Amino acid sequence: MATTDIVSQETSGEVGQKRVVNDMSIQVATVNGSGSQSSNTVLLRSIFQMGVPISGKNLFPSNIAGLPTWYTIRANKDGYIARKKEIDLLIAMNAETAQDDVKTLAAGAAVLYDEPLALDKVRDDLIYYGVPYDKLVMAVCSEAKLRKLIKNMIYVGVAAELLEIDFAEVEKAIRKQFAAKVKAATLNLAAAKAGHDYAVANLKKRDPFYIQRMDKTAGKIIVDGNSAAAMGCMFAGCTVVTWYPITPSSSLVETMIEYMKEYRVGRDGKATFAIVQAEDELAAIGMVIGAAWAGARSMTATAGPGISLMAEFTGLAYYVEIPAVIWDIQRVGPSTGLPTRTSQGDLLSTAFLSHGDSKHILLFPSSVSECFTMAQDAFDLAERFQTPVFVMSDLDLGMNNWMSDPFPYPDKPIDRGKVLSKADLEKAGGFARYKDVDGDGVGYRTLPGTDHPAASYFARGSGHNEKGQYSERPDDFERNMERLNKKFETARSFVPRPELAGNGKSKIGILAYGTTHWAITESRDQLSEEHKLETDYLRVRSYPFTREIHDFIESHDRVYVVEQNRDGQMASLLKLDMKPELTPRLRSICHIHGLPIDARSVTDELMMMEGK
Amino acid sequence: MGTTPTKTPTIVPAPKTNRIGLQVIDYRGGKTTLCAGCGHNSISERIIDAMYEMGVQPERVAKLSGIGCSSKSPAYFMNRAHSFNSVHGRMPSVATGAMLANKNLIALGVTGDGDTVSIGAGQFIHLMRRNLPIIYVIEDNGCYGLTKGQFSATADLGSTLKSGVVNDLPPVDTCAMAIQLGATFVGRSFSGDKRQLHTMLKAAIAHRGTVMLDVVSPCVTFNDHEGSTKSYKYMQAHEEPLHEVSFVPSFEEINVDYDPGTTIEVTMHDGSSLRLKKLEQEYDPTDKIEAVKRLMESHVKGDVLTGVFYINAKAPSFIDMLNVADEPLATLPESVTRPSREALAKCMKELE
Repeated sequence: MATTDIVSQETSGEVGQKRVVNDMSIQVATVNGSGSQSSNTVLLRSIFQMGVPISGKNLFPSNIAGLPTWYTIRANKDGYIARKKEIDLLIAMNAETAQDDVKTLAAGAAVLYDEPLALDKVRDDLIYYGVPYDKLVMAVCSEAKLRKLIKNMIYVGVAAELLEIDFAEVEKAIRKQFAAKVKAATLNLAAAKAGHDYAVANLKKRDPFYIQRMDKTAGKIIVDGNSAAAMGCMFAGCTVVTWYPITPSSSLVETMIEYMKEYRVGRDGKATFAIVQAEDELAAIGMVIGAAWAGARSMTATAGPGISLMAEFTGLAYYVEIPAVIWDIQRVGPSTGLPTRTSQGDLLSTAFLSHGDSKHILLFPSSVSECFTMAQDAFDLAERFQTPVFVMSDLDLGMNNWMSDPFPYPDKPIDRGKVLSKADLEKAGGFARYKDVDGDGVGYRTLPGTDHPAASYFARGSGHNEKGQYSERPDDFERNMERLNKKFETARSFVPRPELAGNGKSKIGILAYGTTHWAITESRDQLSEEHKLETDYLRVRSYPFTREIHDFIESHDRVYVVEQNRDGQMASLLKLDMKPELTPRLRSICHIHGLPIDARSVTDELMMMEGK
Repeated sequence: MGTTPTKTPTIVPAPKTNRIGLQVIDYRGGKTTLCAGCGHNSISERIIDAMYEMGVQPERVAKLSGIGCSSKSPAYFMNRAHSFNSVHGRMPSVATGAMLANKNLIALGVTGDGDTVSIGAGQFIHLMRRNLPIIYVIEDNGCYGLTKGQFSATADLGSTLKSGVVNDLPPVDTCAMAIQLGATFVGRSFSGDKRQLHTMLKAAIAHRGTVMLDVVSPCVTFNDHEGSTKSYKYMQAHEEPLHEVSFVPSFEEINVDYDPGTTIEVTMHDGSSLRLKKLEQEYDPTDKIEAVKRLMESHVKGDVLTGVFYINAKAPSFIDMLNVADEPLATLPESVTRPSREALAKCMKELE
C-alpha cells in the first residue's frame, strides 16, 4: 500500500542540488510489532534535541504484529508540523511494502534500505543507501531473540550520520527512551553506534538533506494528545472515569490511570478517584451519568462506534440535565471504518446525538495544549450547564507526538455549577429542580445524600414539570424544551471563543477546527507566497457557535470551510445556524482518506476553487 | 360519694417513630398509578416497612430503576429519597456510577424481568460480578406489562398468554445466574408472602454487597390467568419456602433463642443476624453448588422455591476493592482533586 496520496513528481531535490537544511520528511516503513516505535521516537527526539521543530505521525494497521506500519517524521525550521505528502528520505525496512514505498517517491528522494531488498534496482532516479542490517546486528547482539528488536535502532545511527545529527543527541535520546532499563539502553546504543560507524566508513553522502542545530525547541515538550488530555482531566478535578477500550481512545484512560496513581492518592493510601473499565460503551456512559447525578466530575473516552452506542444515554443526560464529559478521539467511520486512521467525521452525529430534539456542546482542541486546557473547560461547562459536553479530538492529535510549550497551571478555580447544599435548602425551604430561577435556563440541582428532607428530586427521562414530577401536560413539556433551548443559547457566550488569524481585511476567509489547523497555517503561507493570495483564518473552538463566527462569515465574500470528512459536516452545522442568505458564501474543502490533512492539498484545492 | 366529673387530660399518643425518630409516613411515596392488585404495590409497601423498621435515613437512599411498570414504582415509596428513573435495562450502570461518586449512599435498584433479563441482561451480569453494594429487586411477573402483556424471558416453558399463545422457550433463572456470577446475597420471594419478603428486605439492608432478590409479583391485568405460572393462584399453590427466614438487626438485643440443630445463623457485615430455620431438608446457604442444584431441582418439580439461596457476608464489595477516599468522591474539595503546581512541573519535566 502506498501511504502517500497524490504525489506530485517535482518537489524533491535532484542529485547534486544545494543543501536542504532542516526541512524534510522522513518516512520509516517497518513491520508492526518489531520494536520500531522506540527507534522512531529516538530519531524524532534526536532531531528535536538539535533544536529543530518536528512532528511524528504513526500510520499503523489495526493489528498487533506482522502488518506493515509507517512512521513519518517531519522536521521543519519554520515550525510547519502538519503532515507533508512528499517523502524526502525513506527508511525501508519492510520487505513486503518496500517496492511500493519506493515507487511512490518523488525523483531525487533518498532511500535507506536493507541491502537484501535490492531496492536500487527498482528505479534509477533516487539516491540509494544500502545497509546490511542483519550483518551489523549479529556483531552487536549475541541473543537471537533480541536481534529483531534492536535491528531497527541501527537505521537511527545510519540516518543520524547521513543527516549530520550529532550522535551525542542520539545517545541522549536512547538513554531517555530506555531510562529504567540499563541493559536495553546499552544494547540499543551499541546498535545505533554500529549503524553510525557503518555509515561513516561506507556511505558517501549524496542527498541534499541535513539537520543543523538551531534553537526552536528549547523549553518545549513532546507529548501526544491523549496524554495531554489525561493530565488535563486530572488537573481539572475529575473524580470518576469509566471506559471501554477502543482505538484510538484507550491510551487516554490508560495514561490517566498512571497519572492518577501518582498524583491523586492521598497520604492514607486512598484514591481520590475511581477508574472503572465497563462492559461496553453503554455501561461506560451510564456510569458517567450515575456518577455525575450523584455529584462526581465524571468522564469517559471513546471513538465513533462508542459514540453511536452512547446515543440513548446522551439523550437521557441532556433531558434529565446531568453533566458528563465525553472525549471522542475520532477515527474513520462509518461503521468499523478505518479504526487506526484519523478523521473529523463525528461532528454531525455527535452534535445532535440521540432521538428527539437534542443538541450538545462540542469542543474542538487543535493542539496538545488545548487537550490539556479544554479538559477543564469541558468539566466546567458540563457542570455549569448540567449537560453532556463532547471533546472532539482525533486520532492524529490523540495518538501522535506533538511538540508544545509546557502546559500552564490552571488559572481558574474549578466550577461546580449550581448545586444546593443543606444550608441553602434550610434557607430556601425547598426548591424546584427544573425552574429557571436565574433566567439563564439553568436550574439548581441537589446531590443524593444531601441531608435535608427537601433535598430529593425525581430524576426521570420521562416528561416532567419544573418540580421533576411526572407530567404529560403539553404546556409542561413545551416550557421545559424551550428552557433547554435557552440554556443552549446561554452556553454560546460561555464556550471557548474562536481564534482569528490575519488582519480581517481579506475577502477570502478560511474556517477550520481541530487538527486541520496545522495544514491551514502552512497553506495560508503557501497561498500568500506562491499565489499572492491573502486570507483571514478563523479557527472554531466550540459549538454552539459564538457571535464571532457569524461575524466572520458576514465580513468575507467567500469562506472556505476545511475539514477531514466527506460531507462538510462543519459547513452543514454552520448552515443550520446562520442567516440563509449567507450560506452560499461557504465552500467546502473536504479530505477523507484517513491520513492527516496536508497543506499542499488545501492550497491546490483552494486555488482551483478560486478558478486560478 | 361525690361523682363530680373530673376532667381527664386528653392524651395524644405520641406518633410511633423508629430508631432515628421518623414516622412511617416519612417513608411513603406518591400515589401509585399501577393497576389495583399489582404485586409491585405490595413490594413497595414491604420496602417502606423494612426501611422504616431498619431506621434508614431516607436521604441516604438512592432509588434507581430502568423502564417498565416495575421501574415506575420508586415514585410510590420514599419520597424523601433521591430517585433516578433511567433507561431500559441500563439501571445497573447508573447505580454503579452513583456508588462510585458517593459510597455512603444506600442503593436500591428496582427493575423488572424484561428490564433485567432481556434488554438489560448484559448490565445485570456485570453488576452481579462486581458485587456492587446495592439491593437489586426484580419485580418478576413473566411479562411486559407496560406494552400489554408480551412474554418476558422469565416466563416458564409452556405457560400461556391471555390470548392462549404458548411460551415455547425456557425461562432464565435470575437467582441461579446471580449466584454463579458473584452476587453475595441471592434470594427469591413472592409479593404475596408478606412476612418472608419483609424479613428478606430487612436483611438485604444490612448486607454490604450485591443483594439480588427475585420477587414473583403477579401482573393482575396481563398474567394472572389460568395457564400462567406467575399468577397469584399458581404461586399460592406452588411456592415452596426453603426455610423460615427471620432476622435480628444489629441494633436490637438478641433475646430469641434458636435451636442450632434446626436453624442456621448467618452473622452479617454490620452484626445483624439472619436466621434460616429448616423446613424439610438441611440447607447450607453458603454453598453455591447446593444452591444451584436445589434451584434446578425445583424447576423440574414445577415448584417455585423461595428463601435466601446464597449468602456470603464476608466478600469485599466493588467499592471496598477500589480503595477510594473515606469522603464521597462527589464532594471532595479542589484542594484534594487538583494536584499542585509542583506536580504539573514534574509532569512537564518528564516530557522535555
